[in-house]
Amino acid sequence: MNGMLTILVLLPLAGFLLNGLLGRRLGPAFVNVVGIGLPTLAFLTALWAWRTLEAGGGAPIIETVFTWAVIGEYVFEVSFYLDRLSAVMALIVTGVGALIHLYSIGYMKGDESYARYFAYLNLFLFFMLLLVLGRSLLVLFVGWEGVGLASYLLIGFWFQDVAKARAGRKAFITNRVGDAGFLLGMFLIFTAVGTLEMDLINEAFAGGLIPVGIATAAGILLFIGATGKSAQIPLHVWLPDAMAGPTPVSALIHAATMVTAGVYLIARLSGVYLEAPAASTLIAVIGVLTAFLAATIALVQTDIKKVLAYSTISQLGFMFLALGVGAYGVAVFHLFTHAFFKAALFLGAGSVIHALKGEQDIRRMGGLARRIPWTFATFLIATAAIAGLPPLAGFFSKDEILWFALASGQGGAVWLWALGSLTALLTALYMFRLLWLVFLGTSRMEPETERHVHESPISMTGVLVVLAVFSVVAGWFALPHYLEPLLPLPELQPERAGLHMAQIIFAVMLALLGLLAASWLYREGGKPADLLWQNLQRLHRVLLGRYFVDELYDRGLQRPWRWVSDRVFLRLGDRVLLDGSLHGLAALARRGAEMFGRIQSGSLHWYAWMTLFGIAAVLIWVWRYV
Amino acid sequence: MSEAMALNLLLFLPVLGGIVLLALPERRADLVRGLSMVVLSAQLLLAAWLYFQFEAGVPGLQFETRIPWIAAWGVHYHIGLDGLNLLLVLLSAFLGPLVVAGAFTSITKDVKLFHGMVLFLQFTMLGTFLAQDLFLFYLFWEAMLIPMFLIIGVWGGERRIYATLKFFLYTAFGSILMLAAVIYLAFTVLTQDGSPSFAFTDLYDLGFAVEVQLLLLAAFALSFAIKVPMVPLHTWLPDAHVEAPTAGSVILAGVLLKMGTYGFLKLGFPLFPDAAQIATPLIMTLAVVSIIYGAGLALVQDDIKKIIAYSSVSHLGYVMLGLVSYNLLGVQGAIIQMVSHGLVAGGLFLMVGMIYERCHSRDLAAYGGLAKLLPVYSVFFMILTLAAIGLPTTSGFTGEFLVLLGAFHAAWPQFEAGATYPLVLVSVAVLGIVLGALYMLRLARRLLFGEARAPEAEGGTLRDLGLREKAILAALVAAVFYIGLFPNDFLQKTEQAVIEYQERVWPARAGEGGQ
Repeated sequence: MNGMLTILVLLPLAGFLLNGLLGRRLGPAFVNVVGIGLPTLAFLTALWAWRTLEAGGGAPIIETVFTWAVIGEYVFEVSFYLDRLSAVMALIVTGVGALIHLYSIGYMKGDESYARYFAYLNLFLFFMLLLVLGRSLLVLFVGWEGVGLASYLLIGFWFQDVAKARAGRKAFITNRVGDAGFLLGMFLIFTAVGTLEMDLINEAFAGGLIPVGIATAAGILLFIGATGKSAQIPLHVWLPDAMAGPTPVSALIHAATMVTAGVYLIARLSGVYLEAPAASTLIAVIGVLTAFLAATIALVQTDIKKVLAYSTISQLGFMFLALGVGAYGVAVFHLFTHAFFKAALFLGAGSVIHALKGEQDIRRMGGLARRIPWTFATFLIATAAIAGLPPLAGFFSKDEILWFALASGQGGAVWLWALGSLTALLTALYMFRLLWLVFLGTSRMEPETERHVHESPISMTGVLVVLAVFSVVAGWFALPHYLEPLLPLPELQPERAGLHMAQIIFAVMLALLGLLAASWLYREGGKPADLLWQNLQRLHRVLLGRYFVDELYDRGLQRPWRWVSDRVFLRLGDRVLLDGSLHGLAALARRGAEMFGRIQSGSLHWYAWMTLFGIAAVLIWVWRYV
Repeated sequence: MSEAMALNLLLFLPVLGGIVLLALPERRADLVRGLSMVVLSAQLLLAAWLYFQFEAGVPGLQFETRIPWIAAWGVHYHIGLDGLNLLLVLLSAFLGPLVVAGAFTSITKDVKLFHGMVLFLQFTMLGTFLAQDLFLFYLFWEAMLIPMFLIIGVWGGERRIYATLKFFLYTAFGSILMLAAVIYLAFTVLTQDGSPSFAFTDLYDLGFAVEVQLLLLAAFALSFAIKVPMVPLHTWLPDAHVEAPTAGSVILAGVLLKMGTYGFLKLGFPLFPDAAQIATPLIMTLAVVSIIYGAGLALVQDDIKKIIAYSSVSHLGYVMLGLVSYNLLGVQGAIIQMVSHGLVAGGLFLMVGMIYERCHSRDLAAYGGLAKLLPVYSVFFMILTLAAIGLPTTSGFTGEFLVLLGAFHAAWPQFEAGATYPLVLVSVAVLGIVLGALYMLRLARRLLFGEARAPEAEGGTLRDLGLREKAILAALVAAVFYIGLFPNDFLQKTEQAVIEYQERVWPARAGEGGQ
């Protein structure tokens, strides 16, 4: 039916407007109905749209809403585009989105800005749907910046805490750096192709008429945008700070959906990247480096949400690795499975924090398994899933990534695979470390907190169970195969084509190794690990300092810019050079006026002399020149 | 009533209102305010009606009036609407009632004189936009300064005399040079055609030698660049803004600054096309310097008004960048950006006025957590902040996006031909969106977020926005979203004039970038 996609996008917008304008006045019951009802309706609409798509044999559905601008021959339309890729994204966004809205009822209960919270969350869904359903880069960009806004507002949701407000600002600014790259990439593509509709862009690039140089430049510029939104090196610094937001927000925006927008962007524009091998290589390299470095940082974090934040950065790195070797469908597969197990992990962490009255430091946890069994059980499943234990979801998608990193004919390389596998080992290690420190061993809680511990209400644990189930089964659905008509998998390098089974066995062994290592290192509250770090103090300091990238940006960019603005622009430029010379001129004029004023002294003698002098001068001039 | 009649009425309504105003007793401030409100609202309705009557795609002027005025000099009273002034006229008429409404409580001294000056200002500003005769244009251009000086000088802050003087010196300096150029142009017409004329259309095709054009453009450009203002001619602006009363700041940012960019668009570049082409790299450079420099200065200010003042320098840099792209995308973007900046900066200055009325401080350090104290105020402030940043769905995005796209579109062929400099400038301008977010979010963070505090907040509470204030801001925000979401109607009506502009200035570029 025509208008289906428009309805889908507008449902959460209605939720935002209703809760934003009326929610405060009409109370929590109204907020719940609107805040959970409309995303749920959106999910059902997405299902309906997906069924319609499949009924049509997967042929893309295009729905034009209105014409934004016509400039000469160029037409900028707002239209939606549904194919299997955007359908999968829309289902993830609305499905996980609706679940997290539901979870939020319990988590945010009693917050004084309850209505504002749900309004923002609905606003996020609206922009996210715009992002995944937009046909043109322009509409995608509107959603792209819009989810950034929602993220900014939700990170700083408890705005009276300056640190939280600052974290929101940092996220926005860092993303803006990426957005500048995005804009330039978009401009370049527009100049080369003459349109911003992404299906037409892909066609144009696939047609081979666009020079490789332009494809490469545009590819890299858009990837800069992706590094911002998806927290890849060098723009990853905002995501750990973004954990200042409410935990369900971390789950939805900063783990399951928004941060995957960069992955979606590149998969969506695979036509461009297929023509730009250099840009693809860059993506693979950045991806695997991000995955590895973030995993190393996750090893030493002590805040439960920060561990998960670095884990998210690392998992996104895996997705980019897949994109970089041309396995776009595999990247989306991991995006899909990751959405479930990472949402489960974050919401599980939320449940822990909820139970411990706000405690987030894993050094003051331990032994929670029996006290909050549902949370523990689901957290355990999700942990096993992300660690890559078969037959859980993460095992399938991560294995595919490592396989293509090794064997893809589009840039697969042994070193990419090796570093990726090492990261997979680290993943199992830091995740089981987290599990051990939080749930197993003996309690290290403050007595005050200990007394408070309680399992979360069913609206929260219910959601955890659903997500845990999906963390098990999501990998059984062969998503890369489903997407293959759109996103063909790369050819394999013939000499490595037979190694897949060996790779699988190796990967599983690595995951088990990580599990064993964690169980040994983190028994007794992590004493063996502490001992180990004491022997590696320098490394430990670097990891705790997160490789000092924040400090580098602060000293290398932020402070110099402030210094230049203050000292050069303001003090030297405006005050000394510009106003100074103006004031100098004014003083000069005044002194001149005073001098001439002195001539008019009122003395008759003086005037007579001056007259005489004047006449003489005129006479001399006439005699000399006329 | 014919449209041409309506256009004349639009122009002279404030004068008629002013005459009635004279008859009102000084003590009846309510009557004075009411009358001004009625006059300016009527003007807005008229402007809106004319906007809807204005036909897209028709070359030249619409609703024209041309009457001989000073026959001996060939001066005509000649006004008309085209795509270049249409939106600016609409913007001025839109801001008029809002300015008066905003001054209901803040202006209590010499109310009658104040409203007289606002009406006078409205008349001269519209006159400047509508004039199609250089003599008339110059008269309005100069006359406009008188009410502005008085508004700052009488109702301004402590250092108002210094600010007024500085404003005067800058603009007078520019005006004198422009006057010299105007006289030169008039004499040229006289010698070439045998009869004197000041009509823009006659002046457009004088065909000066390039050297002469350069000198004349320099004279005009200096006058316009001071108004914009472009770095390094901007230092009058922050002082004028800080000292001006709210109404003065709103008109200054909302409309007056656009006189400069409009001057370039309507006169500067089309009158001297060859010179304009030669000067393009210089103007582009200054535009980008303005973007960056203004953004830097806005970051290190603690006076809220100064932050917004410097942000104007940065935002108008984008307008200039768009104007010198000479393609449809960029110039259309520049026009939208002019309107957008008028709404957004005007709105922000109004909001600074609202908080100043409550707390009597513009020092950023004195505030925090207004989102807690004044939730409604904060929502509006946040929306305008986001529009200033150029977030999609707001007018700021429409303007900036088209400007940057157009500038890129113009720079790319040059890059492929081996000239990297324009592309570098455009890239720097794109990075300017990061710097813009930096200073605006700093402002929002310190004003709205953090621990709740404000000067003179008795018992920790402040009065949130009243109905009048909400209505003013709702109107502005509605316009901001309208241009962000549905700019096409505006763009269609301005396109024809922009095509004529680019064909006049740089026909070779007209073929590229959306033509």
